[in-house]
Amino acid sequence: MDAKQHALLMKISECEFVCVELNLYIDTHPGDKAARADYLCYSQKLADLIGKYEALYGPLLGFGHSPTDMGCWVCSAWPWQ
Amino acid sequence: MWIYEKKLQYPVRITSPDPRMARLLFAQYAGPDSELSAGLRYLTQRYSMPEARCRATLNDIGTEELAHWEMLGTMIHQCMRGASISEIKAAGLDNYFTMHDSGVYLSNPSGVPFTAAYVQCTGDPIADLHEDLAAEQKARTTYEHLIQLTDNPEVIDPLRFLRQREVVHFQRFGECLMIIQELMGKAKCAPEARCANP
Repeated sequence: MDAKQHALLMKISECEFVCVELNLYIDTHPGDKAARADYLCYSQKLADLIGKYEALYGPLLGFGHSPTDMGCWVCSAWPWQ
Repeated sequence: MWIYEKKLQYPVRITSPDPRMARLLFAQYAGPDSELSAGLRYLTQRYSMPEARCRATLNDIGTEELAHWEMLGTMIHQCMRGASISEIKAAGLDNYFTMHDSGVYLSNPSGVPFTAAYVQCTGDPIADLHEDLAAEQKARTTYEHLIQLTDNPEVIDPLRFLRQREVVHFQRFGECLMIIQELMGKAKCAPEARCANP
């Protein structure tokens, strides 16, 4: 994995982590409008980043959740490699 | 990493109590050949699988098994929902009820708790794939036994779907075994083939 790919994956991980944190917060504070607005904002940002990554490096998600050529699914590196 | 999708892979809608089937379904929820065992087995074996297609197959079938495990949990929950104490007793679930009430605990129909001893990870791709093939057949036949044991169409419908998935998984693992055997047959010595990471 080259530096550019790694950097984009890190940006996705950061954005996803914000969404995970907001998701857990909203689980116990479903009425918090500011948190829900933040979640919407970051989930859109995450979708944009994932779209950008997948166009360059292939699918991040299986089972039809990435409208991307699945040829790379088998050959691209797994997270533990 | 995994992301939760808030839906079942195949619909489960059991509308009246069926505690007798709830008890039997624990076999596929947390027994030796259960969906939970299958998912953990395949996801554990991924790391030492030396070939890309087989690695992807273990990853993706392992993931699908967790979706099946959720279907079983849903079926057990719905089969116990609204059951009276006398129905629970008649179904032989009084021991279970004493400790778990309507909780969906990880045990087999006899109350034996789930254990990692149900799965193997030898680090040998041929041995592991044979275990996986056997597991799919054992799960397939368990689903057939469960289907024979009920006339409840709301239980039979998801069981038929799950049985069919075992057959498909067996076919995919069979292809994996052929891929691995070909790979190891080509190698001059087995250790090199084991380390190969194409």
